[in-house]
Amino acid sequence: MALEPGAIIAARRIPLTRGDLLAYAAASGDGNLIHQDETVAKQMGLPGVIAHGMLTMGIAVQPVVDWIAETAPGARIAEYGVRFTRPVVVDAAGAEVTIEAKVGAVDAAAGTARIDLTAIAAGQTVLAKAQVRVAGLGPGDDAA
Amino acid sequence: MAVNPDLLGRSYPRTDPVEVTPERVAAFARAVKASEPGTGVPPTFAIVVQQAALDALLADPTTGIVLERTVHGEQRFAYRRDLVVGDVLTGELSITGLRALGPAAMVTAETVIRDASTATVATATSVLVVGSEEA
Repeated sequence: MALEPGAIIAARRIPLTRGDLLAYAAASGDGNLIHQDETVAKQMGLPGVIAHGMLTMGIAVQPVVDWIAETAPGARIAEYGVRFTRPVVVDAAGAEVTIEAKVGAVDAAAGTARIDLTAIAAGQTVLAKAQVRVAGLGPGDDAA
Repeated sequence: MAVNPDLLGRSYPRTDPVEVTPERVAAFARAVKASEPGTGVPPTFAIVVQQAALDALLADPTTGIVLERTVHGEQRFAYRRDLVVGDVLTGELSITGLRALGPAAMVTAETVIRDASTATVATATSVLVVGSEEA
């Protein structure tokens, strides 16, 4: 499979509820109450309860994990980084994060690719410079 | 500056071991909305180790870093290999960057994550933006 820069490899809409934030707090060990308690969040000057940045970061990369499993099982994620630009406010009705993963650059000789992620909530970008470097996309991958 | 300027270069003791158990991985995978059936350990599970390391940093009263004034600005992971169930991981955090950002401070904390054989599995880097007391 030839990878072309600009190709969209995954797009997902992920609903997020306050229950999801509690589940992430328990699973990750991040018990900061700004992700659970509206009163605490507002005391901190936030518009309301916000998702853990790490939850958004975690959700955003899973489509790439699936893409590797489905199309390049020998490959792996070598690097992943994001900047947190805006909080994802999760009100009582919940929120939705839209994720898109697009091929940013390919180095066929090295067997690596950069996948650029976008994450949008309430019409605004919430992660910047969200990039995944995938390694182990061997030259043989073209023939596969 | 909003934090102790002597922070740069400081290291913290290795964290308690974090066991990558099937139960922990399943809970984390559900939380980050991983597909079912599972496709291994979610990459950002490494934050569990870094979180333990950051807890030590945040508990240190000499840093000037106060959670209530701290925002997670940036996060990066570099992986030598995938995390796997059965790994027993520890993290060693050091402060590798510190600079003023107006009245605030940007603190870069790097956690080297090792497995039971002490081989490095991943490096997790957090950039924390610490606001000044007056702000």
